[in-house]
Amino acid sequence: MLKRTDYLTKTYGKPEGWTLGVYERECHGYQTARRVLSTMKKDDVVNEAKKANIRGRGGAGFPMGVKWSFMRPHPTKPAYLVINADEGEPGTHKDRTIMELNPHSVIEGCMIGCYGIGAHVAYIYVRDELHLSKARLWAAIAEAKAKGYLGARPFGVDYPLDVVVHTGGGAYICGEETSLLNSLEGRRGEPRLKPPFPAQAGAFGCPTTVNNLETIAAVPSAFHMGCEAFSKLSAIHHLNDGGVRLFGVNGHVKNPGVWECAVGLTLRELIYDLGGGVLGDKPLFAIIPGGSSTPVLRADELVHAPDEKSPLHPWHGQSVLDVPLGVDTFRGIGTMLGTCCATVLAEGTCPVAAMHNLMQFYRHESCGQCTPCREGSGWLLRITEKILDGRGTMEELDQLHDIANNIMGNTICAFGEGTAMPALGFLKKFRREFEAYVRGEKKKSTDGRLTVDHHDFVGG
Amino acid sequence: MTFALTPERDQELEQILKRYPNRMAALIPVLHLAQDQNGWISEEVVEWASRRLDVPPAHVRGVVTFYTLFNQKPVGKHQVWVCRTLPCALRGAGQLLAHCEKKLGIHAGETTADGKITLRTAECLASCGTAPMMQVDKTYHENLTPEAVDALLDELRR
Ligand SMILES: Cc1cc2nc3c(=O)[nH]c(=O)nc-3n(C[C@H](O)[C@H](O)[C@H](O)COP(=O)(O)O)c2cc1C
Ligand code: SF4
Ligand code: FES
Repeated sequence: MLKRTDYLTKTYGKPEGWTLGVYERECHGYQTARRVLSTMKKDDVVNEAKKANIRGRGGAGFPMGVKWSFMRPHPTKPAYLVINADEGEPGTHKDRTIMELNPHSVIEGCMIGCYGIGAHVAYIYVRDELHLSKARLWAAIAEAKAKGYLGARPFGVDYPLDVVVHTGGGAYICGEETSLLNSLEGRRGEPRLKPPFPAQAGAFGCPTTVNNLETIAAVPSAFHMGCEAFSKLSAIHHLNDGGVRLFGVNGHVKNPGVWECAVGLTLRELIYDLGGGVLGDKPLFAIIPGGSSTPVLRADELVHAPDEKSPLHPWHGQSVLDVPLGVDTFRGIGTMLGTCCATVLAEGTCPVAAMHNLMQFYRHESCGQCTPCREGSGWLLRITEKILDGRGTMEELDQLHDIANNIMGNTICAFGEGTAMPALGFLKKFRREFEAYVRGEKKKSTDGRLTVDHHDFVGG
Repeated sequence: MTFALTPERDQELEQILKRYPNRMAALIPVLHLAQDQNGWISEEVVEWASRRLDVPPAHVRGVVTFYTLFNQKPVGKHQVWVCRTLPCALRGAGQLLAHCEKKLGIHAGETTADGKITLRTAECLASCGTAPMMQVDKTYHENLTPEAVDALLDELRR
């Protein structure tokens, strides 16, 4: 059900909406942090947070409150909150809008989060390219410090708090939480073996919670209205997928962008009602639902959930476009919700060229620690390139499956799955197109198109 | 020649050091600071960073080579990055790159003969909803048209 809301986005579009004055006027700015720090106990904060059913907005969908509850006080080591604003997943363009247009919600969220998990410092890891985002966050921190909200005694409470913006160096893998921690420590951004998990040994070897930036930005709104009430804003609150979140759409739609809605919006609403429909009024061809690592859906796919116990049963036989966008619902249809920013492909887009483009990305971004990922991503790219060039064979088409399957489950971090799953998705959903290239019925020069219509950049 | 930061930047470095429990954590922000001044991370910069932050030069080199934003050789005065990843490609990033290459007379990865512009491709820059796009030095340029790109490149070459 399309239900637009403006909890996280109320300051968007307001003149100087990123400043403290607007945040205090429009969003009860910092009143929630004041109340939480002055009246609540640490453990009550975590228990309350659980009721919000905020599923991590960074891609994996882990419940935020449960993650906070993993933090145990350490006798000698401090605890840290680390915010993931690496926003590198292709197709994802939502966290950036919060940093640019409502940075104070991030700072206030960090204050409540730190208090709940027992940390005094939050590091916000922002990819270096987002210079405006970093500047807006630093300015918000300075404003909050000047008012005495951040600092030695926030709101007069004896609980020192500081927020620091840290920057990366241009590497997608640093979005992976343990790679991000290494990068924060001034090392190469290579993922770490788990366990230990960050809650045991994270930043600087200390107990750490890593949350996505949108996850933490939702915290002040949730605590302001009461976390259970916040959760119930969602159409799929009963699936423990609560609240409101940002939905993005890009690619072949008339009106790409980011909107805040109650959880439970459908792809059809996102693409047609918010995105304005497909460019050139072409038929919809395929959708990558939540970042390039989430397996592609065909526009004509139907839900298959005959089992009445399946959470998806209510949508059995319906189009996948009408399933509420949720963590478990999208897992149920064989893909992932991911970052909740969808990439739309119109009729006429070549799925082989699309997979080739993505495999270039994964080849470029593998950190190289694990052989299946380092070598596999290279092979996936080379063979896809051969097929696209009309030099591929049917055996090689099958080899692509083998390579991808060999990456799955055999790597240090989930980048491996993030490479293999989209490859397998394209191969499975668009087998006929791949075979057409192998048989010479389609050619890169005439059919390998990624753009449609006159709406695209035309130059050259 | 040994490398040293300008006094203003050196003060900034001192501020950066205060943010972390150890000196190594400042390495990436400090390398950005040095590259802003020097244009690239030369061996002199590596040795300077190593001394300044008490980490072995080999560690600094390992970090510099890991992250794509650190230049390991001199580059043009301006950096132009065209995002090439799928969401941008669906909106014409391929044509945008071809247009830039033709206009500048260089391929991606090269620098114009006058040393003014280095052209490169980037992977997704979190701007997919405003594609096609490119980053010029520290600024994003989004929803690009051929006219807008021409105006931008002309300005940079002036
Ligand atoms: C290869 C890879 C890249 C990732 N990139 C990001 C990212 O850019 N931003 C993000 O928030 N999470 C990213 N994640 C997920 C993080 O590892 C982590 O799950 C998340 O930051 C936790 O926050 P959340 O529970 O609030 O979602 C990535 C994961 C992998 C495996
Ligand atoms: S799976 Fe790939 S990205 Fe992850 S640690 Fe292994 S090599 Fe690096
Ligand atoms: S694909 Fe170009 S900004 Fe995301």
